[in-house]
Amino acid sequence: MYKIFLTFILSIFLLPYSSTFAVEVDMLIPPSDFQAFDTPNDNGKSVSLRWPSSLSESTEAEYVVYASLRKNGPFTTEVLRINSKTMYEEGSDSNFHYMEIKPGKFFKKESDNTDGKPSYFFKLVMMANPENVAVENIASVTPKGNWFNWKKLNNFIILIAFSALVLWFIEHAKKNPNLYLRKISGLDAIDDALGRATEMGKPVLYVHGLNGMGSISTIAAVNILGRIAIRVAEYDTTLKVSNIDPIVLSVSQEVVKESYLEAGRPDAYVEDNVFMAASEQFPYVAAVSGIMIREKTAANFFMGYFYAESLILAETGAATGAIQIAATDSYTQLPFFITTCDYTLIGEELYAASAYLSREPLLLGSLRAQDIAKGIIITALVLGAALATVGIGFISFLFKAG
Amino acid sequence: MNFFKRTIPLIIAFIMGIMMAFQYYVPHEASQSLLKVVTRWGITIAGFAVFIGAYSLFHLHWNKIKRKVPGWGYSNFVFFGAGITVIFGLYNGGEFFLHDKQEGTMFDWMYFNVQVPAGATMFSILAFFMASAAYRTFRARTSEATILLVAAVIVMLGRVPVGALIWEFLPPIADWIMSVPNMAAKRGILIGVSIGAIATSLRIIFGIERAYLGGGD
Repeated sequence: MYKIFLTFILSIFLLPYSSTFAVEVDMLIPPSDFQAFDTPNDNGKSVSLRWPSSLSESTEAEYVVYASLRKNGPFTTEVLRINSKTMYEEGSDSNFHYMEIKPGKFFKKESDNTDGKPSYFFKLVMMANPENVAVENIASVTPKGNWFNWKKLNNFIILIAFSALVLWFIEHAKKNPNLYLRKISGLDAIDDALGRATEMGKPVLYVHGLNGMGSISTIAAVNILGRIAIRVAEYDTTLKVSNIDPIVLSVSQEVVKESYLEAGRPDAYVEDNVFMAASEQFPYVAAVSGIMIREKTAANFFMGYFYAESLILAETGAATGAIQIAATDSYTQLPFFITTCDYTLIGEELYAASAYLSREPLLLGSLRAQDIAKGIIITALVLGAALATVGIGFISFLFKAG
Repeated sequence: MNFFKRTIPLIIAFIMGIMMAFQYYVPHEASQSLLKVVTRWGITIAGFAVFIGAYSLFHLHWNKIKRKVPGWGYSNFVFFGAGITVIFGLYNGGEFFLHDKQEGTMFDWMYFNVQVPAGATMFSILAFFMASAAYRTFRARTSEATILLVAAVIVMLGRVPVGALIWEFLPPIADWIMSVPNMAAKRGILIGVSIGAIATSLRIIFGIERAYLGGGD
């Protein structure tokens, strides 16, 4: 009896330490499912992997995915290794994991599929340490490229709608050519500037900006150059056009030559007046500044996209006393032009200049479409902000970038 | 002649414009390959166009030297600079132009010790030009100019450490000016520019805007 009582007392003292000697078995509970599917809206090189969270996830556990070109393996190529508490699917509230991988990086040759598109087989493994491994089912997928990115559908619809609006107003302008256009002081001042240069007998300087012919602002600048060149030819003033890009140079030479021809003054065209100043930013600035100071140009036109050189050009021109008209869609340089130039066309006014100067109904029609589109966007902005404030994100969703 | 100078360029502009506009929405490998091919063609054509630019530059300065116009001496530097750059570029540290570009040659020395400092000098002039532009512009002549002046002073002081020493709320006010009213104006300009760019692109694609081809309609 005494021995039984002693054993009982000893076991009470030994009980807290019994776990130290007992063998622990931490069983990993693998995820209940594992899916592999073609990543939507891509070029066919990406595969998406998705699986539900496991109850035994911890910071010590990892998910490892092995891939193979054959269903029966071998699964020796490791394509993914993540901590089990990471890479949750957005919006799943940590209930699912989601990853996109490019299996082509790991395999150089295609699979045995007869249609030539490789199929990939994936095996998900959950690991805590080398002794504890859980294995899930095999998932397979044949990725393929998509012909339309559905995430950009809203963008596409807006593009088609705006294009239809522009074309409709262009057609409408043919029937009703007297469209109202608000006054743009900078463009009205072009004639004054050219007249001033003619009276002073000094040349007019035209600067395109630093972008190439692929930039819309340069195309708009070249359009304006054509219209200015016609008036310069009529006034018999010298026009100097400095260029930084050789393609823009070729186009400018052609545009100015044709403008002189249209004005009936082909003899007045001097090819050396449309020249390449330099091919780099600051050498170009130095060359143009030198021209302004040496030749004392009476009127300077800065039309196009500018970078850091804008203030140097505009200040140098202001120091020589020239009348300066600038037009740029570069919002970082607008403050410099506004403070140093006599007139500045802001942003889209550069694109509208061609229509404004020519007053062609077809071009004016597109300006009306631009204004209507802006009105729609402003309405959407105000409505969207108000609705988003009360928790309705419908308009935000409509305009979400894909 | 008009067919080659006007009609064919308009057809090319239409086809390529529509194709590249739709390419943006097609993620397929074929679309990406098309983009790569078109980009490479653009780079190749731009490479050939360098000769046109070089010819224009040399022709202009040669005429100035020939006619001895005022300042013709400076034109000699154009030929001198171009000449020694080409010579050392072709010499390529003794390996000549048949091998890859070598590092640490006289060509590199001229770029890093002449062209880069000269460009940096021009860039540094900006600080002085900003000061002179600010001196002329920041005058409280009208209400808008006064607002500009006050905002500019707050932002300039708020962006440097001494601003926080003058008044602890200067940096947060400067940040608010930059991130709220300034950002709103910037976005407004960007929206207008984006819509204008799309409309201009459509006019060019559909051949309505043709001034870039030269001459009248």
